[in-house]
Amino acid sequence: MAVNREIIKFLAMVVVILVAPLLVHEGYLINVMVFIGIHTMLALALNLLLGYAGQISLGQAGFFGLGAYISGILTATHGINPWAAMAAAALFVTFLAFIVGFPILKLKGHYLAMATLGLGIIIYIVFNEAVEQTGGPSGLSGIPNLQVAGIVFDTDLKNYYLIWAFTLAAMGLALNLVHSRIGRALRAIHDSEVAARVMGVNARLLKVQIFALSAGLSAIAGSLYAHTMTFIAPASFGFNFSVELVTMVIIGGLASIYGSLLGAALLTLLPEMLRAFQDYDIIVYGLLLIVMTMFMPGGLVKGVPSALSRIRGKLQGRPVPHA
Amino acid sequence: MKYLLQAVTTLLLLFTTSLAFAASSTIKIGGLFSVTGPASFLGEPERNTAKMVVDEINAKGGIKGKKLELVVYDTQGDATKAVQAANRLIKDDKVVAIVGPSTTGESMAVIPVAEKEGVPLISCAAGSKITDPVKKWIFKTAQNDYLAVNKIYDHLNKKKISKVAIITVSDGFGSSGREQLKAYAAKHGIQIVVDDTYGPKDTDMTSQLTKIRASQAQAIICWGTNPGPAVIAKNVRQLGIKLPLFMSHGVSSNKFIELAGDAAEGIILPTGRVLVCDALPKTDKQKSSLQAFVKDCKTHYNAEGDHFGGHAWDAVMLLKGAIERGGDTPAAIRDQLEKTKLFAGIGGIFSFSATDHAGLGKDAFVLVQIKKKDFVLLK
Repeated sequence: MAVNREIIKFLAMVVVILVAPLLVHEGYLINVMVFIGIHTMLALALNLLLGYAGQISLGQAGFFGLGAYISGILTATHGINPWAAMAAAALFVTFLAFIVGFPILKLKGHYLAMATLGLGIIIYIVFNEAVEQTGGPSGLSGIPNLQVAGIVFDTDLKNYYLIWAFTLAAMGLALNLVHSRIGRALRAIHDSEVAARVMGVNARLLKVQIFALSAGLSAIAGSLYAHTMTFIAPASFGFNFSVELVTMVIIGGLASIYGSLLGAALLTLLPEMLRAFQDYDIIVYGLLLIVMTMFMPGGLVKGVPSALSRIRGKLQGRPVPHA
Repeated sequence: MKYLLQAVTTLLLLFTTSLAFAASSTIKIGGLFSVTGPASFLGEPERNTAKMVVDEINAKGGIKGKKLELVVYDTQGDATKAVQAANRLIKDDKVVAIVGPSTTGESMAVIPVAEKEGVPLISCAAGSKITDPVKKWIFKTAQNDYLAVNKIYDHLNKKKISKVAIITVSDGFGSSGREQLKAYAAKHGIQIVVDDTYGPKDTDMTSQLTKIRASQAQAIICWGTNPGPAVIAKNVRQLGIKLPLFMSHGVSSNKFIELAGDAAEGIILPTGRVLVCDALPKTDKQKSSLQAFVKDCKTHYNAEGDHFGGHAWDAVMLLKGAIERGGDTPAAIRDQLEKTKLFAGIGGIFSFSATDHAGLGKDAFVLVQIKKKDFVLLK
């Protein structure tokens, strides 16, 4: 019963995402929705690590960038097939995270945050300084679009379906994962690592594996980004973006796959809508984020339904118990 | 709850009205400037200038009876945001041309969008790869880096200096400058004996300068934008280094003199003519444009007209010229832009052609020296 409901929920979301472009027509909004797809994948990758296993990473932008740069350099400079480059990027970054994960994930709390932050910054510096390979701060151009069976993904609409195919696959995979034995083990680590170990969970290995998976997914998102934009520069992969990803996960809802989608959608759309406020958009943006974290500590995924039920209660004149 | 609903409806109302504000008898042009973020020193004067020029044009009755409307989006120096904003300008706001972005990285990111959609774009960034190779819809107004490099090297040749130390900032501007400094050195018979870099946020460069002091360098060339070069100027003073110090056009505003204080004395740099416009001879073709620009900046913003705002001034005026000569469709504007000949702007005298979309020659720069806290034309 519960499984069936999960499947229906997922399928409903798939339908909404497939139909969405037909409702908004061709326009810049589709372009924004392409980025929502990429951001959802990144938020999802981080949520597995932060929401489920309870391990913070402030270096996600680094993995995202590595994926983008490996894809970009292999295709633009060396003329390798984009799909092969994408696979190479994902494998390399997963492997790298796996190796780095062992020493880093021994750390906890603030120290883990510091270490992953350091990792992200090192990667960022390499993008800037390895001018011969990366083009340095002024970026790398001439990255080809992905293509499959003669279809070149060169418009927003085509890219929308390409990227959401990947993102939905990643979401399906993640949903499966968190409802499996591994998902339960991850949550056990989150609650108490010692207790999880006592119960026979190999906490150390599992943390490193989920860290590597998270990095690998981010790298795929990076490859997709590179082939969609056809240009990359280090500024897109800095520390700020890592923080933005953490914000997406927290605003959307920790330990919720759909929360990642909501968080990514909100944080990508909001700045676009707030452009109406001209120079004050950043202030309004900040205020909205503060208000949301104050009144919806569980994220949008929990906050919106509870707000709705409170409104319904108000409308029907019933007294509402204060939270 | 009631207040929240009220607030939400007000927000929605604001949002929808601002979207609905599009009159039809106007010509819409877009602006992409990095008004906030690390490149705000470029984006802010550019946006202010673009607004000012559009207001001036409208006050004089617009172009062929139609008013200009400028839609500006802040790109925050981020390539992703620049691409989103460019898409929005083209597909939603339906602009006929775009001015900006402010940095080379953002420009390179936006180029595929403008090319694919067929909208003319006049970049305000300096990187020479923006228009090299020439792209159909892309133009630029900022002077290419190598023009500034050659200006300095010519001067060094005249002074018979052949060994130099270069110290460049590790960002887009600096790395492009470093590339050009190295590329043109041999042609001028100049040898680079020290090639060092510094980070955009560094606050002390004495270690690099100590290395330079120990070398055989006869002059120092620093390539960066504020505040780094001011720190270098001060460090050079503190270390008692007596070598002549050259800066790039990246610091050509009064802000640099303010930051470097006494240490700015004697520094030589290439710059557009705007800083020394009053000292120019009457025969200079740019003089009237420059003086008008400086006067407008004074009245509108009570600010000194600077080099960077000038890029936006040139871009909007080039568009104006193109629309006056041809129609106001993107294709007509592009064709007319390419035919622009001898337009005397702020950055120099522009002449575009099918093979040159940068449009400026070596004379776009003059060398100035800082004397008594002011820029003095070096002859």
